[in-house]
Amino acid sequence: MASEPHRSHLLEIEDLVMAFGGLTALMNIQLRVAKGTIRAIIGPNGAGKTTLFNLITGVLSPTEGTIRFNGHVISGQKPHKIAALGISRTFQTVELFDNMTVIENVMVGRHLHISTSFFKCGLGLPAIRSQETAIEAHAMALLDFVGLADKANSMADSLPLGERKILEIGRALATDPLLVCLDEPAAGLNETETETAARLIKAIKDKGITVLLVEHDMKVIMNISDQITVLNYGEKIAEGTPEEIRGNPKVIQAYLGDSIAVV
Amino acid sequence: MLRIRKAPMGVGAIFILLFPWVAERLPAIEHYPDLMVFAGIYCLMTIGMSLLMGYAGQISLGHAAFYGIGAYASGILTTQYNLNPWLCILIGSAAATAVAVVVGAPSLRLRGHYLAMATLAFGIIINIVFREEAEWTGGPDGMGGIPGLDIFGYSFDSIHKYYYLVWIVVAIAFFFTIRLIQSPTGRALRAIHASEAAASAMGIDISRSKIVVFAFSAILASVAGSLYAHYMNFINPSTFDTLFSIKLVIMIALGGMHTIWGAVVGSVLFAFLSFEWLHQFGEYEIVVYGLVLMMVTIYLPEGLVGLPGRIAQRVRR
Ligand SMILES: Nc1ncnc2c1ncn2[C@@H]1O[C@H](COP(=O)(O)OP(=O)(O)OP(=O)(O)O)[C@@H](O)[C@H]1O
Ligand SMILES: [Mg+2]
Repeated sequence: MASEPHRSHLLEIEDLVMAFGGLTALMNIQLRVAKGTIRAIIGPNGAGKTTLFNLITGVLSPTEGTIRFNGHVISGQKPHKIAALGISRTFQTVELFDNMTVIENVMVGRHLHISTSFFKCGLGLPAIRSQETAIEAHAMALLDFVGLADKANSMADSLPLGERKILEIGRALATDPLLVCLDEPAAGLNETETETAARLIKAIKDKGITVLLVEHDMKVIMNISDQITVLNYGEKIAEGTPEEIRGNPKVIQAYLGDSIAVV
Repeated sequence: MLRIRKAPMGVGAIFILLFPWVAERLPAIEHYPDLMVFAGIYCLMTIGMSLLMGYAGQISLGHAAFYGIGAYASGILTTQYNLNPWLCILIGSAAATAVAVVVGAPSLRLRGHYLAMATLAFGIIINIVFREEAEWTGGPDGMGGIPGLDIFGYSFDSIHKYYYLVWIVVAIAFFFTIRLIQSPTGRALRAIHASEAAASAMGIDISRSKIVVFAFSAILASVAGSLYAHYMNFINPSTFDTLFSIKLVIMIALGGMHTIWGAVVGSVLFAFLSFEWLHQFGEYEIVVYGLVLMMVTIYLPEGLVGLPGRIAQRVRR
């Protein structure tokens, strides 16, 4: 494969199979993602990209195969355990906490790093209150980073789609992840919003965070990814740098029926 | 941010404080403090249940069982083993917690309303135990001779004294729950309510959170049961049957399940409805509750605590 075997790999997927009854959504997938890079996962609708994310984040358990992350076998573990090991994500269909404000959404992301003892919380101990002040400041800094500081006290469901997607990314960063999985962060966004999102993803990489990126917008993909993996009908059909993928005849073939032009 | 308004709390506290004094001077409502003891006992239970319903999104149809566990723990351990009543309250709570974890854990790990089904069955079984284990529980005839409560020689031996005792316990539970909702734990619960997928992706252990809330609600119910037993000095199984579990759900729906205030308002109103205003319906009483519940769900989905907001909206328009 094109990915360099000698670099340290944060994520290693071996012989991964996911079958839903008769439908095999992922077939024998091998994947290695190097630390600190942006890895794009592309492919036509139904290729199995979201399924792959669900396996990595523990929403699904694989039919076969193993997923290793930072030295731990994570396949089959519960989502909150995997989150604690350092994987965070966004959802293709934005999943915000719509009953909360923007900043509260991000504060939920600090859950793993704070004391949430039932009794300390119920007694309203000073330690809990000073902790609240600290995570509020932390959340505010993150909102500043993603560019939503001025919306901190708006309700999450009052934001337009573009900002909802950005907020979801901000919330994902609040867990202090080593790896973030972004499922179509630019879908439904206009050109300016898409550029903002792309810039943000690059800034995340500059913080040293590894990014797995599922996206249909080829301009974004070609501009910001270090490596691209192409899925089609649950199989990996190609892998390489943007330049290598651009000219790959198999990839062009896979996308022809989908009428998405590879830029 | 989730803000809890202080003014209603002040009004509520003053009302509770002065109520017995006022009632004493008005012969028509002289017996109301007695009703308010029951209202307070119900309140303890509905506070925990509304946290479970409104925040964890789960319904329990068997809370009368935890109420009964507390009552029988107090009844049996004081009359047959001569234990200190306060110790019995603790033992009852511990037993309720253990039972809640055993019953709740398997069903709360699954999505959907498995808890409602599991607690319904559990409530029926526990009630049968209360009826059948006559050697311990006195069977269907119940058990008497349960002592009252006292502390450092001060005895809660009048209705008014017991009234204040019960409402102090309610206040403690109320403030604990309010604090909890405003804390990281409460935020996690609201997150679970909004999106389980996102909450677990943020590292929240969903089943554990739900089990903890369920156990907390079971403890409150058990304490309520103990307070009931020491007040009545007599208990029998029919107090703790499934119909009563359903009445608890009605109280919450009546008051409004999205705030803790709903539990308080619903419980007080229900106590007055059942003891004062509706008992002339006799065996048709439950039909009236059914109708009330239907009306509330259709016309007042936020419960009675949502009424002022609705009226304000109307007036503004
Ligand atoms: N929970 C599930 N149960 C059954 N089938 C599923 C499930 N999740 C996904 N699938 C199926 O697996 C296949 C891959 O779906 P997936 O959502 O991973 O595609 P995708 O690459 O993310 O597509 P898109 O670009 O449209 O988001 C599809 O055929 C889908 O219907
Ligand atoms: Mg998808």
